[in-house]
Amino acid sequence: MSKSLWIILVVVGLVAPFIVYPVFMMKLLCFALFACAFNLLLGYTGLLSFGHAAFFGGASYVTGYLVKTGGLTPELGILGGTLFAALLGYLVGSLAIRRQGIYFAMITLALAQIVYFIALKAPFTGGEDGLQGIPRGKLFGMIDLGQTYSIGGSPVALNLYYFIFALFCLGFWVIYRTINSPFGQVLKAIRENEPRAVSLGYKVERFKLMAFVISAALAGMAGSMKSLVFQLASLTDVSWHTSGEVVLMTLLGGVGTVLGPLVGAFTVITLQSELSSVGSWITVIIGVTFVVCVLLFRRGFVGELGRLLKKSL
Amino acid sequence: MADYILETKNLFKEFRGFTAVSGVNLQIQRGHIHALIGPNGAGKTTVFNLLTKFLTPTSGSIHFNGDDITSEKSADIALRGIVRSFQISAVFPGLTPRENVRLALQRKLGVSYHFWKSDAILLQLDGRVMELLEDVGLVDYADEITGELAYGRKRALEIATTLALDPELMLLDEPTQGMGVEDVDKITALVRKVSTRRTILMVEHNLKVVATLADRITVLQRGAILAEGPYAEVSQDPLVLEAYMGSAHA
Repeated sequence: MSKSLWIILVVVGLVAPFIVYPVFMMKLLCFALFACAFNLLLGYTGLLSFGHAAFFGGASYVTGYLVKTGGLTPELGILGGTLFAALLGYLVGSLAIRRQGIYFAMITLALAQIVYFIALKAPFTGGEDGLQGIPRGKLFGMIDLGQTYSIGGSPVALNLYYFIFALFCLGFWVIYRTINSPFGQVLKAIRENEPRAVSLGYKVERFKLMAFVISAALAGMAGSMKSLVFQLASLTDVSWHTSGEVVLMTLLGGVGTVLGPLVGAFTVITLQSELSSVGSWITVIIGVTFVVCVLLFRRGFVGELGRLLKKSL
Repeated sequence: MADYILETKNLFKEFRGFTAVSGVNLQIQRGHIHALIGPNGAGKTTVFNLLTKFLTPTSGSIHFNGDDITSEKSADIALRGIVRSFQISAVFPGLTPRENVRLALQRKLGVSYHFWKSDAILLQLDGRVMELLEDVGLVDYADEITGELAYGRKRALEIATTLALDPELMLLDEPTQGMGVEDVDKITALVRKVSTRRTILMVEHNLKVVATLADRITVLQRGAILAEGPYAEVSQDPLVLEAYMGSAHA
């Protein structure tokens, strides 16, 4: 993809907090990373996980606990959450990749429900309340992430924003590198024709498991970031709604495209925030949008655009 | 004593009471083109699937170069040098022919798990990729989307991909199935060309192809071996004539 497009996107990311409501921007970055991590599995390996909220939410609890109760600095909290998600991904993945298609999805869903149950019942997760008032803390013990600057009369947590933006770029780069690596080539081969990949001598289980762990770890990182932004880890993060939402974002934007999940996350988050005044009708509106989009653009926004331009985006 | 690259001993495969393969003793001589023929449902593809471990035999054993490989996994068998093609063309349809062939070569570089490296390191394989595509006449299509190629070209690509692994033993499952006359001749010539320095076991319906290519033929019927020998001999066997040739020439 062209270099200029990347530069434009980075510049947009850098100036965004001066133009858009920064918490909205940060939420967007968290969910965009979550969707990109999910897309690594669905779009590039052909595995539909229906339990990704377990990694997103699980990591957000772990980060919350480490920072709030353990008193760790935010970067260590995020590292802890990410590692936890990777480990959980290894366990879930080891079981799930033994089956294919809908059975794979069902195993991931079932295991994610177990994580939900633990989050509801365990003594350190705060039950129905979740973990509230998670401190943002000082990055490396020096930079205060809670500090706000006055922009246009309203306080903006610029330090936190740029920390989140940097993490997003790191996560996105890992995904981009993975897709465009020798490893990524084999993943695409597995997606295209698994028996043929086996007959070429690739141990597809190992490749699937590695992809699953990478995807889970990055979904976890997104959840960890979220818990710092909202200072909250809640049951919503681990619920199956969240697992479904990330499927929706990825399909809307374009599965198997690099930029699709970004666009999908942007669309869903914007709709949610713009329509928050209409109350519970919001699910109906998003549902209708989804149906219309899937009927009109089967490859998602970016997928259809890529087809028009005859380029892979 | 003849040098056998692949042997099966008393191979059985049952599916819920139905015996698809029943006591098959197959011996493939090194360097031969060996054809497996038989009427529909004779168990040819099942034998293939057993040999490459896409199915597990109910009983019996499989030996490759003298080693018992009965309990090995598909991918390990491929690593040993037994590579198969499939009845329906086995390509990666969403990738280009260049990428298809490169995937077969890539394994030897030993970087396939390296998700942190750029795929630019795979460009070093392009010379060999183009040679292989040249061999099967696909150079002009190297960067098209494979799924959009004509059927005969997909089969040619599949052979190029299989060749890229430089297998000791190539298993071809109906290489000319569904092809026009012109393509059949091309594939026949191609199989002959690639058969130097390696052994080929093929399932084939087209008896003209079998007569031209095969050094030795095994005829299967209802999962068991009916006859075996060179084409001239087998084609005169009254049992075979009755079971298979008769209907084929009718």
